[in-house]
Amino acid sequence: MNLKPGSRWKSAVCAAEAVVVRPPNAEVVLACGGVPMLGPADERPQGATVAPDHAGGSLLGKRYIDAETGLEALCAKAGEGSLSVDGRPMVVKDAKKLPSSD
Amino acid sequence: MHTALLLEMAAEALADRPAMGLATAPVSYAELWARTRAAAADLARRPGDNVVFIGLNSTAVPLAIFASGLLGRPFAPLNYRLPDEDLRRLLARTAPAVAVVDDDMLSRVEGVPGVEIIPRSQFEAAALAGAGRDHELPEVEPDIAVLLFTSGTTGEPKAAVLRHRHLASYVISTVEFADAEEGEAALVSVPPYHIAGVSAVLTGVYGGRRIVHLPAFTPEAWVEAAVTEKITHAMVVPTMLGRVLDVLEARGESLPHLHSLSYGGGRMPPNVIERALNRLPHVNFVNAYGLTETSSTISVLRPDDHRAARTSDDPAVRRRLGSVGRPLPGLELEIRGPAGEPVPLGESGEVWVRGEQISGEYLGRKLIRDDGWFPTKDSGWLDEAGYLFIEGRLDDVIVRGGENISPGEVEDALRAHPSVADVAVLGVPDDEWGERVAAVVVSRTQANSEELKAWVRSRLRSTKVPADILFRAELPYNETGKLLRRVLKEQIVSAKDHEDAAAS
Repeated sequence: MNLKPGSRWKSAVCAAEAVVVRPPNAEVVLACGGVPMLGPADERPQGATVAPDHAGGSLLGKRYIDAETGLEALCAKAGEGSLSVDGRPMVVKDAKKLPSSD
Repeated sequence: MHTALLLEMAAEALADRPAMGLATAPVSYAELWARTRAAAADLARRPGDNVVFIGLNSTAVPLAIFASGLLGRPFAPLNYRLPDEDLRRLLARTAPAVAVVDDDMLSRVEGVPGVEIIPRSQFEAAALAGAGRDHELPEVEPDIAVLLFTSGTTGEPKAAVLRHRHLASYVISTVEFADAEEGEAALVSVPPYHIAGVSAVLTGVYGGRRIVHLPAFTPEAWVEAAVTEKITHAMVVPTMLGRVLDVLEARGESLPHLHSLSYGGGRMPPNVIERALNRLPHVNFVNAYGLTETSSTISVLRPDDHRAARTSDDPAVRRRLGSVGRPLPGLELEIRGPAGEPVPLGESGEVWVRGEQISGEYLGRKLIRDDGWFPTKDSGWLDEAGYLFIEGRLDDVIVRGGENISPGEVEDALRAHPSVADVAVLGVPDDEWGERVAAVVVSRTQANSEELKAWVRSRLRSTKVPADILFRAELPYNETGKLLRRVLKEQIVSAKDHEDAAAS
């Protein structure tokens, strides 16, 4: 998977979409709902479903990180599947408390 | 990542929330997204590499920013205040291009080769029409999002290049998505061709605020809009703040809805921010420091820093009201000497910065280094807690007999004198010292130069006392409140040469 910054991925099993913010430092598989994510032009396979242990959901606008490889992805569309990297669940990055400056 | 995605996400999460426009005629996020797609479909039918914008602030600005982004064409806002000849020359440099132009400015820019003009009214009408809304837009690999021409006080303006990845990185690392409360409204009064005019649209949308555009700044119109639109957030440059305070004081207005006021784009005179803090005690003040080439803000002095600086007994904490706060998390910032070497803490040098939002690039010229570090050409120093103090442009620092003197420090001292209305301090060539300190003063009452020199001497080291004090009726500023130091310097140096020639 070429997880370069700015690349957009969609879930094979739900409506979720993610954009890579920071690339991983190793070759990994980004999955949603337990199933590898697809490129924007790929067809969603028929009948695939969210795996029960990857059903925590992805929340629009949250940034998810994988501490092991540094991969960071922004959830651009919400979905029932949760994001994982080589099977490890990604975790929500803490909200930053910055005052508005523009 | 694409800046248009910021709006697409907001339209998904906050469909019915007001995105822009007046409270009486708001445009929702879903509607702004639909209009953006229709505007992009309209632009897509016209040839051109760039989407130029020439006009006042209006609801067409967010539309043009996001529509050109969707098409992968750079958005290039031009300064409509330029003389016609300069404006046309700049426009010609953007060809082949489509230019969205305010209807009453059309005659100024007609007939530039390679530029197709769309009147703003027609651009907005196309966005409103249903036809383009379901139009399939081509997938594009986003690259350059914005071209911003520098004010160019000397020579031809340079075009700063901001890519989608710089701006998107700035927005998602500084703003929490859809975090704004219902009813929050941001007043944008800097012009569309200023970096803050662009970043305000992007961060406002991603946060979920209603964006209210002031067509053009006057202090009366700003206060009027802040009151009637129940503005909660705004950004101003220092000269705007001083003039807004005059109006607030004259009207006895306290802006009860205003929650946060950020300022930047130039040095804030201490007496102005003190006045603002006294006049608007309920407001959170934020000093934001950044450059066009850094995609807006890189350092912020937060509201609690402002409060601490006012109430602390510690002089080191008190003086931080004159700082630009601390660098954003995720950015690296260093102070370096002339050879690029780090300088000891507390010493001044050039501000260098590295991070994902940093562009450091102009069309045809890159200033950012291969390792990602960008020399800002600003002079500054860091205190022991990491607060950044900006002394001005490196070129403006006065070097007198090997000593670096910050014009801002001498200006602050002079501005505290009751008869000084405005002042600029600069270095002029000197046979003995290399440069000597000169002050150009706009006086409120009759002031005498010996008295002003004695005033500075009682506050600063003797080497910082101006050798020359000249009086002028006003100082040259550009329209966003930046003092045109080079213009002033040329004036006084050539006047001096003239005197010398006359005397010899």
